[in-house]
Amino acid sequence: MANKRIDQPTGTETVGHEWDGIEELDTPLPRWWLWTFYLCIAFALGYSVVYPAWPMLNGGTQGLFGWTSRGQLAKDMSVADQAHTTMREQLARIPIERLADNSALMQQAIAGGRAAFRVNCSQCHGSGAAGSQTLGYPNLNDDDWLWGGDIKTIEVTLTHGIRQHGDDKTRTSAMPPFEGVFNPVQIAALSAHVLSLSGKAKPNPEGAALFAQNCISCHGINGEGGRNVGAPRLSDAIWLYGGTSADVQRQIQRPRMGAMPAWGGRLDPGTIKMLAAYVHSLGGGENFVEIAKDPAVPVHVRP
Amino acid sequence: MSDPDKPSVSEATAVKAGSSATAAPEAATQRHAAHEPSRIALPGKLYESRKTVHNKRIDGPFRRFKWLVMAVTLTIYYVTPWLRWDRGPYAPNQAVLIDLAHRRFYMFSIEIWPQEFYFVAGLLIMAGIGLFLVTSAVGRAWCGYACPQTVWTDLFQHVDRFIDGDRNARIRLDAAPWRAGKVLRRAFKWTIYLVIGFWTGGAWIMYFADAPTLVHDFWRGEAAPVAYITAAILTLATVTLGGFMREQVCIYMCPWPRIQSAMLDEKSLLVTYKDWRGEPRGSLKKAEREPGKIGDCIDCLQCVAVCPTGIDIREGPQIGCITCALCIDACDKVMAEIGRPRGLIDYATLEDCRAEAAGMPPKPVWKTLLHPRTIAYFLIWGSIGAAMLFALGHRVRTTLTVAPDRNPPFMLMSDGSVRNAYTLRLRNMESRPRKMEIALEGLPGAAMWDESIGRDQAASKQVFEVPADQLLAVRAYVVAPAGTATKEFKFRITSLDEQRESDEARTKFTAPGADAGDN
Repeated sequence: MANKRIDQPTGTETVGHEWDGIEELDTPLPRWWLWTFYLCIAFALGYSVVYPAWPMLNGGTQGLFGWTSRGQLAKDMSVADQAHTTMREQLARIPIERLADNSALMQQAIAGGRAAFRVNCSQCHGSGAAGSQTLGYPNLNDDDWLWGGDIKTIEVTLTHGIRQHGDDKTRTSAMPPFEGVFNPVQIAALSAHVLSLSGKAKPNPEGAALFAQNCISCHGINGEGGRNVGAPRLSDAIWLYGGTSADVQRQIQRPRMGAMPAWGGRLDPGTIKMLAAYVHSLGGGENFVEIAKDPAVPVHVRP
Repeated sequence: MSDPDKPSVSEATAVKAGSSATAAPEAATQRHAAHEPSRIALPGKLYESRKTVHNKRIDGPFRRFKWLVMAVTLTIYYVTPWLRWDRGPYAPNQAVLIDLAHRRFYMFSIEIWPQEFYFVAGLLIMAGIGLFLVTSAVGRAWCGYACPQTVWTDLFQHVDRFIDGDRNARIRLDAAPWRAGKVLRRAFKWTIYLVIGFWTGGAWIMYFADAPTLVHDFWRGEAAPVAYITAAILTLATVTLGGFMREQVCIYMCPWPRIQSAMLDEKSLLVTYKDWRGEPRGSLKKAEREPGKIGDCIDCLQCVAVCPTGIDIREGPQIGCITCALCIDACDKVMAEIGRPRGLIDYATLEDCRAEAAGMPPKPVWKTLLHPRTIAYFLIWGSIGAAMLFALGHRVRTTLTVAPDRNPPFMLMSDGSVRNAYTLRLRNMESRPRKMEIALEGLPGAAMWDESIGRDQAASKQVFEVPADQLLAVRAYVVAPAGTATKEFKFRITSLDEQRESDEARTKFTAPGADAGDN
């Protein structure tokens, strides 16, 4: 650095660089600043000793504090669980048909149910609970229910599932296949009658007669359905397996019948209550007709 | 300019000063190498050790002004959180409150919500431009009088003077060995530092919660941990920055002196040593011996002794000079004692200095303050302020936002009608609960309900009670008769009070397309 010199106005040495006449002064640091640097170095060394820091051949140093990001997560999760204890305790105490009386708890239950739905139910029913017509998973947002849409019934369906072997209380029924029983003309007539129930086809007397002989025990005289056997309502605009003539004919010949796991053994009752509350809140939930009259249950339990 | 020797000196100054605001020190220092700090012998040194500043007591108009500014700024800082302001039963009654937990900022009659943070941004911009304005008009007045670092440093320096005595006593005490007396004195002084620091940090947290409640909780150990942590950090920061770092903050840490250096020009008011009048320096005796050859500066070093940042103003404008003008007080006092005119060190622009050196009459103050740059800054500053006031006066306190459900986009009901779901956010920005009516516009035959209303009560208009000063989220279902096509429509919100404030939100009603007809 041949160009080092003392800068006259400040009396400071230059570093010897020059750019278009502008020179850089080698102004010394204040002492406290230098000490700040040393302190930072000391801190960094200490930090790398107490926390995991140095990569080794197998893994890395563990650090004296034994901190891990997985442990931190577990701790945070348990803190979050702790925060839910009160809500879960209340939920466990209250019968589900009384849940609507406690709107704060209801809101919490719905929020919890939304999360649980994403994890356990969205695989079939979809993340928006809109189901799938091609796969025959029911839409939970609408006002059409196979087995009933009040919150208590939803809880029962969730707990015991649909057509689950090994659960005595599971919802079960079977529609007989009519392939081979009726000839194709009869099946077409029956299908026409079924579609006429919701005004989608002209009345068909032959189909009506067949319907009256074979179907009304479950689906009702006017196709209003039967919830005790999960028989779909045929007189509305909603079709689980499709609403064209071909769809209906296929369903008459080789009926598809959905199954749902019994969640009673897999999820705790609180989560099932939350799920029921969430599904009930999706817009089609029906009112529970027989509110429990048990005086032992405090109604206005506030969190 | 009766002295024939002086014009040559003043010419040199004028030329140097004219080239740049910071070129002036060169002019001064080259001539007085003897007064330079001994920084020349530096090679091999990694750091510069600090020279403790023991500034001397001084009295004078600027010192008294500084007292006044200190009293006013500290009063504002300590008293503001204790001012009350009645906002009714649903809002806090603290005049200035930054309610982080509820995301509200209260300032007297103004209440700011998070989405109105542009008001705060505007205030910050105004503060920035205000600093530019002040700098272009009166130089580094912020640094000299109003900066918290200056005010608290001043406060701590008064404590020093009160406990340890004036400059000479403090220098002696600093050099003295650590005996019992010094230890006691220091312990006492640092305790006072801590008390001031704690008082400062403690006052800060009062802005973030109801002050009386917080004080009560604080002493009972029931306040939030963040209150204790913040108070502790600010206590330490105050003691460190005001009690110990002091001028080092201005010289090494603060970016503002650098920015200001770039903003100063020959029209900026600076604390200036009029070297054309003071040089060459000499004692009174010397001046008697060589009449006419010696300037007004008698080299008494009073300007250096009183300086809170320990600089020599006679070296010219420099980063360490916060323009507190205490050296003006000191020099004026000496000039009065030796019977020379005041103002050897004075507030002056470099332009004025040049004119004064050339013997022209002094410029009136308003001319110094009013020049195109200050006027331009003032206009920008004022128009931002006016725009903000206008915006503040025309805020609507009732707003509505709508988010349609996208999964599923629509729902076919068993009677063939179509249902869409929307999340409505009804915002009531008044500090009282209000009833708000939501109406559907442009969707014939449609009805709306939510969880609390029930489908049997569905109607095209619904009334919701929105709690005071809150946002109510409503998940609303809108059902339209079979055959309704996908179309745009509006939700309208109207406050059902005498104000009848209204807002609308345009959104879309989605219906099954032709391909999904038999859904």
